[in-house]
Amino acid sequence: MAQIFLNQKKINKAKALGANIAQNIHDYIKDYTTDSVERSVLRLYGVDDADDEKTPLCNKIVDILKKEKLINSGVSKYFAAAMLKTDSHANKTAEMIINNKIDLKKVLSMQSLEKISEKEQTLAQDAVSVLDRSKKVKNAKKAGFPLCEKPYRYVIVATGNIYEDCTQAESAVYSGADIIAVIRSTAQSLLDYIPSGATTTGFGGTYATQKNFSIMRSALDKISKQQKRYIRLVNYASGLCMPEIAVCSAFEDLDILLNDSMYGILFRDINMKRTFIDQHFSRLICTRADIMINTGEDNYLTTSDAVEKAHSVTASQIINEAMAKQALLPDDLLGLGHAFEIDPEMENGFLYELAHAMLAKKLFPNAPLKYMPPTKHKSRDIFFSICMDTMFNLASIATNQGIHLAGMPTEAVHTPSMSERHQALNSVNYVFNTAKNLCDEIEFKKDGIISKRAKQVLDSTIDLLEKINKSGLMSAISQGWFAQIKREPDKGKGFDGVIKKSENYSNPVFDIISK
Amino acid sequence: MNKNLIKPYGDTLNDGIIQLCFTLPVKNSAKAKKAAAVYLSELNLEEIRIVHCHRIAENFTYIVAFARAIPFIDYSKVKADEAETGKLDFYKINKLIKEKLMRKIVVVGASIGCDAHSVGIDAIMNMKGYNHDYGLERYPQIDAYNLGAQITCEELVSYSVRVNADAVLVSQTVSAKDAHIGNLTQLVEILEAENLKDKFILIAGGPDISNDFACKLGYDAGFGHSTIPSSVASFIVTKLLKKKGEI
Repeated sequence: MAQIFLNQKKINKAKALGANIAQNIHDYIKDYTTDSVERSVLRLYGVDDADDEKTPLCNKIVDILKKEKLINSGVSKYFAAAMLKTDSHANKTAEMIINNKIDLKKVLSMQSLEKISEKEQTLAQDAVSVLDRSKKVKNAKKAGFPLCEKPYRYVIVATGNIYEDCTQAESAVYSGADIIAVIRSTAQSLLDYIPSGATTTGFGGTYATQKNFSIMRSALDKISKQQKRYIRLVNYASGLCMPEIAVCSAFEDLDILLNDSMYGILFRDINMKRTFIDQHFSRLICTRADIMINTGEDNYLTTSDAVEKAHSVTASQIINEAMAKQALLPDDLLGLGHAFEIDPEMENGFLYELAHAMLAKKLFPNAPLKYMPPTKHKSRDIFFSICMDTMFNLASIATNQGIHLAGMPTEAVHTPSMSERHQALNSVNYVFNTAKNLCDEIEFKKDGIISKRAKQVLDSTIDLLEKINKSGLMSAISQGWFAQIKREPDKGKGFDGVIKKSENYSNPVFDIISK
Repeated sequence: MNKNLIKPYGDTLNDGIIQLCFTLPVKNSAKAKKAAAVYLSELNLEEIRIVHCHRIAENFTYIVAFARAIPFIDYSKVKADEAETGKLDFYKINKLIKEKLMRKIVVVGASIGCDAHSVGIDAIMNMKGYNHDYGLERYPQIDAYNLGAQITCEELVSYSVRVNADAVLVSQTVSAKDAHIGNLTQLVEILEAENLKDKFILIAGGPDISNDFACKLGYDAGFGHSTIPSSVASFIVTKLLKKKGEI
């Protein structure tokens, strides 16, 4: 591994500040739940149907509980009591509640509280065993193939049609991809429900539905066998349905979820409290089901300058890591994000990129860092664009990154065609092979440009974290300290879905997986 | 030969050489290579050279080719226009607003509809700007409001009315399945329905937007990829000065 000299005391200081910032958020969110957390509980209990208008039943039940002002106690006990009453499976019970055959206002008084609590425990244990099953299934599959070498080669498919996505994915794997991400239809993050069924009509991406997850997972399993290597599947647990997407992903054995503690707040104007609460529960689910998270620090550099604001990426990584630790995520599931976004016209820009990449490696030596390609300054001359990506590929292998999102020649033009994905992977394969062990050979000069730059970014990171720690993360976001975007604590989408827990709130799944 | 007649230039005038790259949905084979050549001849190309064929999936073949294009076009008959911006710079624009309009001007911008990309509107409006050209927020004589992405047409219109905007900038990055046309048309329809069409200078921007295209949809101007903020600001100021009769 390439070496760079950084003061360990400073690293420890930065981490301690991050832990404190995350703890303050945690102290706030522990008293709250959200619509999406409650819907996740229903999904975990087996409510996965939708009505004729394709509204998920779990949404309808949470809406009923909100209308009846019962939601503060959590959906778990009401649903458990209803199941005792119907003596039927979850979807059937849900239908009966929606068709007014069961009155949730009265359902608790129809059984002994002991019996209800017992039923909740059974449902929760079953739910958790489904999460455990996913971990086992994935580990068994991986064990059947040779270990995949890092950096993993990650590409995106985005046709809008899940079946066409499978064709594109197959070709990408053929050209060397290890990870397939199915990008979501534009604006899905703002839907306060998960669409259902197989879909063929997305814009700029394909809807994330449990059925689509399962279609792509089977396609990748088939390709894995042909190509004799395990192919990982990625989707997006961001937006208004973070924990629910995590549940569906666990059900369908997905490997990685995009899941950032601040992305939705900044870039989708989703309420910050909603996001913090949702991300915590979604991450607990990821921990249990062995799903790696990928954070979205790269996005900051699409609105801010990559040199000027490099420290905001590092600060966010530290905060994301600390929050992930609150959700018990081990290091090997922590795909912290960063990006190669320096203006190509900057002299020695590549050295700065190396400094930033090395700093991330040094700060998070055991995390599979996710390195994102140039986008902001990407040329529409697709041939120059390939040159930029080639330098990015070199930076990635030279600093031994964990996940490498292959840059596309047509990044600034359109969603890539099959040909373009092949061109991109061709360059990645070439560079990763020709410079395979370069990272073991490098020691950066102690007082050179690269070491100095890494030190400088770390110092600025500590300054920023100190400021954030003093004011609190929510106030920091409202002052625009990340991505120069300001968001207020009680504004933004999904704020009406933030719910104060009552004293008798119950969510036994949460209790089990947060231990 | 008429000097207005042109065709692509490889290394000799009028050689017509173009490079092509595409994928055919068939297994890589001699027949696939031949099919690629046949297809290119159907496109009216000649001296076709299929220089690279590679299997990129079970039934897909990636092809790189060169060929000569046959037709000429008469360059003198090609019509295209750019929005007339007057090409003023940051200082000149601010000076003109201050001295000739004698009030600050108000510009509202957003990426509308389902388009989640703010990169275009940010490039024009954010303080930092784009390609070493300051964004509109930096202009002391402009009150710039960037509403961000995924803004509905209704929100944009009501906001623009509320702040009494002089100009409304609409960004559309996603053009897959012509999503941008639907969004841009909807905004014009709403403005027309509410009799606000002439109240604002209406400008569309995005990588796949040209001035002709935007004007056809009812916009005052359209700006494509690589547009710098001062071009947009120049257009707005020039238009406002014309309205006021100052030029």
